[in-house]
Parts: sequence; C-alpha cells; structure tokens
Amino acid sequence: MGDHHHGPAKGLSRWLFTTNHKDIGTMYLWFSFAMFILGGAFAMIIRAELFQPGLQLVEPAFFNQMTTMHGLVMVFGAIMPSFVGLANWLIPMMIGAPDMALPRMNNWSFWILPPTFLLLASTLFMEGGAPAAGWTFYAPLSTTYAAPSVTYFIFCVHVLGLSSIMGSINIIATVMNMRAPGMTYMKMPLFVWTWLITAFLLVAVMPVLAGAVTMMLMDVHFGTSFFSAAGGGDPVLFQHVFWFFGHPEVYIIILPAFGVVSQIIPAFSRKPLFGYDSMVYATASIAFLSFIVWAHHMFTVGMPVAGELFFMYATMLIAVPTGVKVFNWVTTMWRGSLSFETPMLFSIGFLVLFTIGGFTGLMLSIAPADFQYHDSYFVVAHFHYVMVAGAVFSMSAAVYFWLPKWCGRMYNETMGKTHFWISFIGFNLAFFPQHFVGLAGMPRRIPDYALQFADFNMMSSIGAFIYGLSQILFLYNVIATIVAGKRVSEPKVWDGAEGLEWTIPTPAPYHTFEVPPAVK
Amino acid sequence: MCFEAKRLLKLALGPVLMLISVAALAAGGGVNEVNMPPGVTEVGARIYDLHMLILGICTVIGLGVFGVMFYSIIYHRKSKGAVASHFHESTKVEIAWTVVPFLILIGMAVPATSTLLEIYDHDDSELDILVTGYQWKWKYEYINADGDNVSFFSNLRTPQTEIHNTQPKGEHYLLEVDEPMVIPVNTKVRFLITGNDVIHSWWVPELAVKRDAIPGFINETWTRAETVGVYRGQCAELCGKDHGFMPIVVNVVSKEEYRQWMDEKQVEAAAIKELMAQTFTLDQLMERGEAVYARACLACHGANGEGGVGKAIAGSAIATGDVGVHLDVGINGVPGTAMQAFGGQLNDVDMAAVITYQRNAFGNNMGEMVQPIDVYNHKKG
Ligand code: HEC
Ligand code: HEM
Ligand SMILES: [Cu+2]
Ligand SMILES: [Cu+2]
Repeated sequence: MGDHHHGPAKGLSRWLFTTNHKDIGTMYLWFSFAMFILGGAFAMIIRAELFQPGLQLVEPAFFNQMTTMHGLVMVFGAIMPSFVGLANWLIPMMIGAPDMALPRMNNWSFWILPPTFLLLASTLFMEGGAPAAGWTFYAPLSTTYAAPSVTYFIFCVHVLGLSSIMGSINIIATVMNMRAPGMTYMKMPLFVWTWLITAFLLVAVMPVLAGAVTMMLMDVHFGTSFFSAAGGGDPVLFQHVFWFFGHPEVYIIILPAFGVVSQIIPAFSRKPLFGYDSMVYATASIAFLSFIVWAHHMFTVGMPVAGELFFMYATMLIAVPTGVKVFNWVTTMWRGSLSFETPMLFSIGFLVLFTIGGFTGLMLSIAPADFQYHDSYFVVAHFHYVMVAGAVFSMSAAVYFWLPKWCGRMYNETMGKTHFWISFIGFNLAFFPQHFVGLAGMPRRIPDYALQFADFNMMSSIGAFIYGLSQILFLYNVIATIVAGKRVSEPKVWDGAEGLEWTIPTPAPYHTFEVPPAVK
Repeated sequence: MCFEAKRLLKLALGPVLMLISVAALAAGGGVNEVNMPPGVTEVGARIYDLHMLILGICTVIGLGVFGVMFYSIIYHRKSKGAVASHFHESTKVEIAWTVVPFLILIGMAVPATSTLLEIYDHDDSELDILVTGYQWKWKYEYINADGDNVSFFSNLRTPQTEIHNTQPKGEHYLLEVDEPMVIPVNTKVRFLITGNDVIHSWWVPELAVKRDAIPGFINETWTRAETVGVYRGQCAELCGKDHGFMPIVVNVVSKEEYRQWMDEKQVEAAAIKELMAQTFTLDQLMERGEAVYARACLACHGANGEGGVGKAIAGSAIATGDVGVHLDVGINGVPGTAMQAFGGQLNDVDMAAVITYQRNAFGNNMGEMVQPIDVYNHKKG
C-alpha cells in the first residue's frame, strides 16, 4: 500500500470504531449479502410450499410470516444497504474526496442495522410469531389483528428509518461539499447523481413511514383510532400514508441501479454515455413524479373517479423519462466496441429484464386493466422484474466491476459468466410464468392454489431454486477472488472505464485523495 | 468466447421454451391459461381489449429496442474488430424519443379513460347485493325494495383432508363454496362491498370485478353477465391466516331460475324461523352443532378443540363454566381479537347447537343443552 499515514487498526476494533468510508462500505456490502441470503432462505420456503397444490411444509399462518419477512428483509436489509455500501465505497473515490463528510455518523448508520435485523428476525420466535401482514402491512390487519410482535416491528422500522436518514444526509453533505476542484455538478459520474437524488428522496419519505408506524403504535397501545372506522378513523388512510413513502421507495431502490449501469455500459462499449444531460434530467423527473403517483397501488380501494384518472395519467407519465433512459443506454452501445465481461453481461441482463418490468408497470398503470391485475401474481412478476432483475442484477454487475479495484485481485471470469447465465435462466424460469398465472386469476400471498395453476407454479419454484443456488457460486467467486484471485495492479482495471476511481492505485489504498485531484 | 455464451443460451432456452409451450398446450379449459380471460361482461371485454392493446404496443416497442440492442451486440463487438465511434449527444434525438412516447401514451389514455368512466357508472341497477368480507368467508345480502331479501354466508367447501393431501383433490379444489351467490343473466347487478374485520377484496376475473372490502366503508361496483355459467374467484387482499381459503363462486342463471331460487330461499328462511321456536334433544343439537363448528369455528379453534388462532375449547374455562358467559362470547365475540361476534352470522338454532357442541365435545362433557330460545333471550338481554 502506498499509504504514508496510519493504516487500518487491528482486529475487531477496526470494524467497530472505523470511520473509514471503505471499511464502512465493505461492512454494508457483507451485511446486505447476509440479509440477501436470509431473505432468500425465506423465499425458498415460500417456493417450496408452492411447489405443488396442497399444504405440505408450512401452515398458512407461518406462510404469511415468511412472505412478510421475505419482503421486509429483502427491501430494507438486502437491497437498500447494498447500495449504501456501494455509495460509501465509490462516491468519495468518484468525486475526489478523502472520505465521507460525516464519518462518525457513517459508523453509526451502519452499526444500528445489525441489531435491528437481529431483533426483527427474533420476532419469528415470539408468541404469535413474526409480523404477517405483508411488507406493506395494511391496517387493521397489522394493528388490531396483529400478533404482539408488531410493537418490535414498529421499533425496527423506526431504527431502519433513522439509519437511512443518517446515511442520506451524509451522502448529500459529501456530494455538495467535498467535490474536488473542477468537479462541477454536470461532470459528476451518473452514479453520484442518481445517489444524490435518491438521498433526497430518502430524507423526504422515511419520516412519512415513521409517521405511519407511529400511528400504528398509537392504535395498538394507546387507544387511538387512526386506522379504525369504528373510532372515526380510516383504514385507507394507512394506505395513502404508506404508499406516499412506498412509491418513492421503489425509486430509492432502482435509481442507484440506474447509476451503476450508466457507469458499466459505457465502459464495455468503450464509448461515452449517450445523453448524459438528459440522463440527469430524466432521473430528476422520475424522482419528482414518484411523489405524485402513490395511489396507483390503490386503484381498487374505491377512490373517486377523478382521483383514479389523476393517478393513472401521472403514473403513465413516468414511462417517458424511463424510456429516455433505456434509449440512452441502447444508443450508448450502438456503434461501440463491445465486449462481454461479467459486469457487462449483468448490465445487459438488467437492461432487457428491467425494460420488461417497465412495460408491465405501464400496463399496471392503466387503472381499468389494473382492476384485473391488482394483487395477482402479475404484480409479483412485475416487481421482481424491476427489483431482482433491476436492482439485484445491477448490484452483481457492480461487485464484479469494482471488486478488482477494491481488492487488487481479478475474479474468475468463467465462473462469473456461469453465475450470470444460471441466474438469468433461473430468474426468468421463476418469474416469467408468474405473469401467466396472475393474468389467469391467481391472487398473491396465498399458501395454496387451485389446480389449474399447478404446472406454472412448479416451473416457478424450480427456477427460484436455480436462481437461489447460483448465488452460492457468486459468494464462492467473491471469496476466492479476495483470498487468492489473480493480482491486478494497473489503476485502470478495465480499458474502457472512465472516472477518478480508476486513476488511483489498485488495490485502492486505505486513504485516497487526501490531496484533491484537479479535474479538467 | 461469446459463441460459447450464445451456445449456452440456446441450449438453456430451448428446453425452457419447449416446457412452456408444451405445458400451455397440454390441457385446455382454463388449465395453464396464460392470459387474462375476456370474461362474460361487456366491461370485461373492454378491459381485455385494453390489455391486449397495451401489451401489443409494449411488444412492438420492446422488439424495436431489443432489436437495436442485439444488432449492436452482434455487429459492434470488439472481438469482430469494431472501433468505437464517439458521438454522445443529440438534442434532436432526445426530443424525438420524449415526444413520440408521450403521444403513444395519449393514445392509450383515451380508451383507458372511457372504460374507466363506464366502470364507474353504477346507476340504474336492477339488483343490489351487499357483500361483506369476514375472516375468512363472504356474506351476501340481497337488499331489494320488492321484498326479495335473503342473506347467507358462503364458506370454502374443500375439505381439510384435500388441503392436507390425505385425499385426492377435486376438480374445483379451493374454488368451491357451500353456498354460491346466484344472480340473473343480462341484469345489471350492483355490489355494495364492505368488510367486517380487516380489508378483503372481492375478485371474480370473468365478471371483471375487483373491489376492496373495507371495514366501516361501503364500496360500489357492478356487473352485467351476458352468459349463463359458474364463475369462480378469490379474495385478493391479504386478510390473515386463511386469506387463500375464502373463494367466491357466482352462479349466473336465467331470470326464471333466479326467480325460483329466490322463492326457495324465502321458504327456507321461513322454515328456520319455525325451527327457532322448537326444543331439541341433546343428540339433535350435537349433530347440528358439529356441522356448524366445522364450518364456522374449526379454522381457529382446531378440529379437536385444541385451539390455534383461537384459544383451546377443550378444557376451556369458558366452555366448562357459566353458560351465560359462553353464550356471550359466541354472540358478541371478544372485541379487539379475532373472535368475532357470531350473533349476526349464525341463526339462533345454529348458535344454540354450536354452544351445546362446544360444551359437550372434546371431553368437556358438561351434559347441558342450550336451546334456541336461550339464545333469543340472551340476545334480548
Ligand atoms: C377468526 C378466528 C375465530 C373463529 C372463526 C372463531 N373463534 Fe372463538 N376465539 C377466537 C379467538 C382469537 C379467541 C380468544 C379471544 C381472547 O383473546 O379472549 C376465541 C375465543 C373463544 C372462546 C373463549 C375460549 C376461552 O377459553 O377463552 C369461545 C367460547 C369461542 N371462541 C367460541 C367460538 C365459536 C362458538 C366459534 C364458531 C361459531 C368461534 N369461536 C369461532 C377466534 C375465533
Ligand atoms: C415504468 C415504471 C413503473 C411503473 C409505471 C410502475 C407501476 C406500478 C404499478 C401501477 C403498481 C401497482 C400494481 C398493483 O398493485 O395493482 C406497481 C407495483 C409495484 N412496483 Fe412498479 N412500476 C414501475 C417501476 C417500478 C420499479 C422501478 C420498482 C422497484 C424497483 C417497482 C416496484 C414495485 C413494487 C414493489 C410493487 C408492488 C407493491 C406491492 O403491492 O406490494 N416498480 N408498479
Ligand atoms: Cu408505485
Ligand atoms: Cu383475503
């Protein structure tokens, strides 16, 4: 290491007390992978039960706990922290800053996560079991009718919100104040842009979620009736508040993924990103629109027709900036000089599958048609195309892309490609047939189903197991790289990659950019 | 290296596609159906057309985008000696692909809006039915000025043995009920939908109806079925443990058959009234009580009274204690828990029978009886 200052501390205290953005990034990434495995294990239980009609493995009450915990762990434990980890590692290196602006808060925002998820997981062993009202936990199923563990769940959500808000403030402060001289906003890498916008979304909506769960707490323990019509409240109010958080939340998940592929596709096309400015504007418009479309999740609650129309039109509009992004990526590839290393394969996988998810999203936005799609497996297929093939694929791409920079060792390319193809096939086998059963009338969140859905469900389960197993290959590849991968030392690991992080030595030293670089 | 990848892709996708198409062809009649049913209503057909239109537009755009992308993947690869050009912006192109999609969206919004407005036109219904979602069954109340007022619960009929795989599953596994809703063909039927406990959602794909059943609020929607037949659906909103086990069956019949059915229901209701005045023997009450228990209590209290979502009945202090308290729990429920007020759901005969059953089954052996008149008096206070 070409480090003239102190290196990392030794032993456990290095990790407990670290304020180094790279250490914290690493911890976020490993933590989110652990949660990915946990949430994945829940998913395997769900798919095993749905392998055949009839109840074989679990009872319906436990099944509901599984779907709920799966959703919560994947969204709040796997996807969100993984992108925060990436932000920690990359944002300072991309804007030429020595570290994050608020390093101690950074340490806190990570370290409150593991105990929180431990507490959340422990609800599985409590009397009455874990929360079972779905990751959207609609009242009054999640209040009057919930198991006692709901109180712990509310506490967990508060702490997760706190962590996210601290993380976001840190990112905003870093990007606004610590850019190297000459790094104007319109020169920032797109990953930094998408995260900056995401951070604003987080700061705006996490308090709304906190408000929703606080009202739940009051209803459960203090005799209020926010969500109970008997006391003058309204169960639908919960859904409005939840989705005012929930829809921006789905963009919180996907915008950093947009950022990742906007870095990787140009690198392996050996050509600058097409339409950088329009990418920035499209991201900002998506973020803005995400605040005014929430009730498209509630077309069937019986809104007045004017409301239905407003939310339908607003939601359809999101397709425009989303389309611009997809067109820009494809045009970036056009007349490039393409090669297909693992990060590029995952990015192309992202591009194809996310676009399919975007199309089904557009279909869902058509309110009259949504009366048939809503709460069916069609919706399950839609959001797995955007969240798994969108967010998770881009995360895999990111790890393969930056891992050599992080640890100075190259992963095994054949194994990486095998990982891609197995996940790609497994994913599609798992989720494509869900469009069919959903359209044919299978509701979501059921532990057992009618016989006409049997074949596609079996296919879906097999695909899910394949996708699940492929992640073991990923884990093995990453560990093997860190321990014994082929050493790389050139700063620019990929010949087409651009950006400040490729100007520092490989592996990235513990401290970088203590003297800000000059950006032309 | 990329040929490897392509070969792999072909090898892998081949069987997958085959599987899908074989499975789809293997059986007709709703099995392995891959698309939305056009249904038997005009609204359903319009929704289906909308769905196909947008699916079509998306497919065409998708083919275009992926076509360009795969062209690049095949012809602009470095291994073929492609040299990267350096163009990276064009305001004209950006404007074009902002404006054109916008225009396409307007093209979609027009039919979507008119269909939506039609769905929201609840006026001039010829028959009104109040649909109430309970954990975990539906209640249908026909409310009409001309006196055709009947009301009944509709429960899952599939036996536990089929669900737990100890008996082969029947044709309509999980989509069969003890008493279906019956409506006349070619009649505008308005549904008033509400919930008793948590939110449910009443969904019958072929009638193109899905509307949430929200406690404390009443939603309106309607249908006009144009073909006689049996249409099946399910609850679509997660409502707790047995959300997957509260199907909906709607029998669309000719107007004459509907009249006949309605008359029979009226006669039945009169017969129950008669029964209420009778006194039963312990055996009669136990026999009836067992059936009521299986239908209305078993899901929470267990086949052997061992409990589950509900408390155990076997050896329960209430089921072996004061009759008045037991009746009170049965009739008024335990507020704030899953134990609902069954007073409005079971008639007095059934209530008397099930309370008697609980007090004498599962080793409780209290040897006492509750008669319909006791229930009636308890309700009066
Ligand atoms: C949706 C689930 C559910 C159903 C269906 C249900 N119960 Fe209950 N029942 C409960 C719950 C939960 C309790 C415990 C309430 C409490 O916390 O005190 C309970 C308690 C009781 C008790 C008191 C037991 C005790 O020892 O405290 C009786 C008696 C009872 N139910 C009777 C019935 C009868 C009769 C039926 C059928 C007509 C029925 N229940 C159907 C959920 C249910
Ligand atoms: C073109 C962009 C998109 C459009 C138009 C769109 C539209 C919709 C609509 C209308 C629904 C509601 C369906 C229903 O419940 O009936 C929905 C559900 C959902 N979408 Fe999207 N979507 C888009 C992109 C995304 C993205 C990027 C994500 C996340 C990364 C996402 C995640 C979800 C999730 C999680 C749900 C299900 C929520 C639930 O009910 O549990 N969507 N989408
Ligand atoms: Cu949304
Ligand atoms: Cu339900």
